[in-house]
Amino acid sequence: MSLMQARRLTRRFGGLTAVDSVSLDLALDEIHALIGTNGAGKSTLVNMLSGELPASSGQVLLEGTDITRWPQPRRARAGLGRSYQRTTLFPAFTVFENCRLAAQASRPRSWVLWESAAACGHAGAIAGQALEAAGLADVAGRQAGTLSHGAKRQLEIALCLATQPRVLLLDEPLAGMGAEETERMLQLLRTLKRARAVLLVEHDMDAVFRIADRITVMANGAVIASGTPEEVRGNREVRVAYLGEGDAC
Amino acid sequence: MKDWLIPVLGAVLLALLPLMVEPYTQDLTVKMMVFAIFALSLELLVGMTGLVSLGHAAFFGIGAYVTVLASPEYDPGSVAMLLPMAVLAAAAYALIVGLLSLRTKGAYFIMVTLAFAQMAYFVFHDTRLGVSSDGIFLNVRPVQGSWLDLDDKRHLFYFVLACLVFTYSLLALVRRSRFGHALAGIRVNEQRMRAVGFHTFGYKLAAFTLAGALAGLAGFLLAAKDAAVNPALLSWHESSAVLLMITLGGLGHLRGAVLGTVVFTLLKEVFSTHSLVGPLADHWQLTLGVTVIAFVALLPHGLMGLPQRLRSRR
Amino acid sequence: MDAVNFLVQCLNAVQYGLLLFLLASGLTLIFGIMGVINLAHGSFYMLGAYMAFVLTPWFADSFLLMLVAGGVLSALFGYVLEWAFYSYLYERAHLQQVLMAWALILVFEELRSLAVGNDVHGVPVPAWLSGSVPLGELMTYPVYRLFASVACIAIAAALYWLVNRTRLGMMIRAGASNRDMVRGLGIDIRRLYRIVFAGGVALAALAGMIAAPMSSVYPGMGSSVLIICFVVVVIGGIGSITGALLASLLVGFVDTFGKVFFAEYAGIGVYLLMALVLIWRPEGLLSVRRA
Repeated sequence: MSLMQARRLTRRFGGLTAVDSVSLDLALDEIHALIGTNGAGKSTLVNMLSGELPASSGQVLLEGTDITRWPQPRRARAGLGRSYQRTTLFPAFTVFENCRLAAQASRPRSWVLWESAAACGHAGAIAGQALEAAGLADVAGRQAGTLSHGAKRQLEIALCLATQPRVLLLDEPLAGMGAEETERMLQLLRTLKRARAVLLVEHDMDAVFRIADRITVMANGAVIASGTPEEVRGNREVRVAYLGEGDAC
Repeated sequence: MKDWLIPVLGAVLLALLPLMVEPYTQDLTVKMMVFAIFALSLELLVGMTGLVSLGHAAFFGIGAYVTVLASPEYDPGSVAMLLPMAVLAAAAYALIVGLLSLRTKGAYFIMVTLAFAQMAYFVFHDTRLGVSSDGIFLNVRPVQGSWLDLDDKRHLFYFVLACLVFTYSLLALVRRSRFGHALAGIRVNEQRMRAVGFHTFGYKLAAFTLAGALAGLAGFLLAAKDAAVNPALLSWHESSAVLLMITLGGLGHLRGAVLGTVVFTLLKEVFSTHSLVGPLADHWQLTLGVTVIAFVALLPHGLMGLPQRLRSRR
Repeated sequence: MDAVNFLVQCLNAVQYGLLLFLLASGLTLIFGIMGVINLAHGSFYMLGAYMAFVLTPWFADSFLLMLVAGGVLSALFGYVLEWAFYSYLYERAHLQQVLMAWALILVFEELRSLAVGNDVHGVPVPAWLSGSVPLGELMTYPVYRLFASVACIAIAAALYWLVNRTRLGMMIRAGASNRDMVRGLGIDIRRLYRIVFAGGVALAALAGMIAAPMSSVYPGMGSSVLIICFVVVVIGGIGSITGALLASLLVGFVDTFGKVFFAEYAGIGVYLLMALVLIWRPEGLLSVRRA
């Protein structure tokens, strides 16, 4: 069942077409990986899906609803979560406070000035769950800025989870991770896809081929291949353009 | 609990002040309290939300001007009518300016807020609305019924003190509330806040308007104290001065705003008093300017950050 | 309003706009390249005007020569000021830049007060530029104002040539749209900054010198023009000199014709224009950077 769809999404910057009529499907219980060389248009595409960048043309659908014109916060409230390639946390807050703040977004009740933010049990509970799911329950009280790189990336994911999303857009969650941390993250990603749809933008080819259920390959702003990992691995164009094999065979 | 100790002690000390000092010092203290409210209102904007505005004096001046303009000519105006009018007028302008300027960020935001403040300055300086470019007098200070007469120095002192306590408490509550936490998040990482679902524009606008309203309150109090207003209250010198006050004290702390106001006001007094600095008093701008430069260069985190600075020196 | 009157107002609008452009181009370059909001820019304008007042007796016969001398002196001053003071501001937060610049203005005002006092002064229009040109049957137009416009155009043309046709200009343009990139290219960024800053100061001072015979020379003349300058930069877009030109002329027209039609409330016209631009294109009309 498809939870999120991109239909012929295009983005132009002046004379340059960064994303050219890309269509994509994110299905339930699936990790859909998006790969491509630098400059292929992956970030631009993700930004259009998340709502940070308006599309020049095309549509974005979330569970059947056309959200193309929706601003990012509205999409987030509707169940679209996004993590960032560069860690975007609140370093001075504790790990728990980071998640609680994110959880607050769904029920801000901001006019309630007399109540301390800490008193919000609802947000606190969701934050706790998100931390459990991300495997950070034991560092909940630590200042986010003092975490190791791997833990910070986990917190990135936890922040997404705190908004209780149905669809997750993960932008290079494995960036800068060592072997052990990568294993842990891959485990996490596998659990995340249950009851959700996940889009995974990644450069680590080993990881991608291990956990992706579907792969879409982009080059020069357009999709050059899409299918199961075997199909993609066998695709000649992909091998030439991306996987580093020589031309003509 | 310890957090509350110092502010409460401060309030108590202030309450006892009129019994201990002579009128000049009392007057100076009222001035400091009024400007402390002004500074606190900016702290909400700059320290809590991260919005550096160079036009905050506009709301201060509007509050003051509305107070004088709406007062009857020869009778005392009513506090219950004038105070809300001043606050609402300032808040209204803040709402409009906020709607337009919050579409920009960083340097643009600074320039735009400065421009809108200048526009308000222009209205009071050059047009009929401001009556005269030298300012206007308030013939009779406002009263409320028979129990509050702002012409009475004691009444004025305690009324201003009450307003200061109110403002400080309100902002302390905001700080620990959900709203305040959201503002803190926006200050640190607005993009992230949007990504998790906060409509950040609304929050920023609310903070901007509230800050403007509180500045308007300070304006009302200043008009009541001085019984006069002039366009310079809206000038960018005033906006810069209040920015300095909160930076001097230390951003991110309510206490810093109050501390900075006290220090700045005292410094200005000292620098322009002949008996203390001799002939330099005529050129207090020079002394002040050099002090500010030295200060920003050496103590970027303000006075509240001094203990930390000294600790790291060891 | 008849045709001749209209022409007079247009000439006034253009002249005011061009003068603003000299100031705004310096401001937008300094911000675009170095990322510094130069709140003290108005002080350089004032510096130029006071320089005209001080230098006039020395250059009695050669106004143009005085302009050149003033330009060179102010550029030198700017060069030294950048080295001594502004270079420390680049990496600092906007708030600190604002406070430092404000403090600098206080210092400048006081130094000026000590050097030449607080009186209002006049700078005489040089003899060969005094007098008026007849327009139509009843009206005349001051020759000096025409000269001012021509001088501004000449300087603007020189600036255009410098920015678009020289290597230095190429570095400046690159720096305006991507500061870090320029640094990464290994260009001696500090020298570039110093030159740009000196240029900005010279432009502002020249504007002040040219304006001096038309308006009087008085303390505080810097502040009022500075904020209009900021409005021009916001409307035109940071970093864009063409934007600054377009915006300056727009502001010139709005202000001049505003005064004709709306008398005392005309002053807010410029801010309303800014408000409109903010609603429509918050990043400025011709911004070189994405919003």
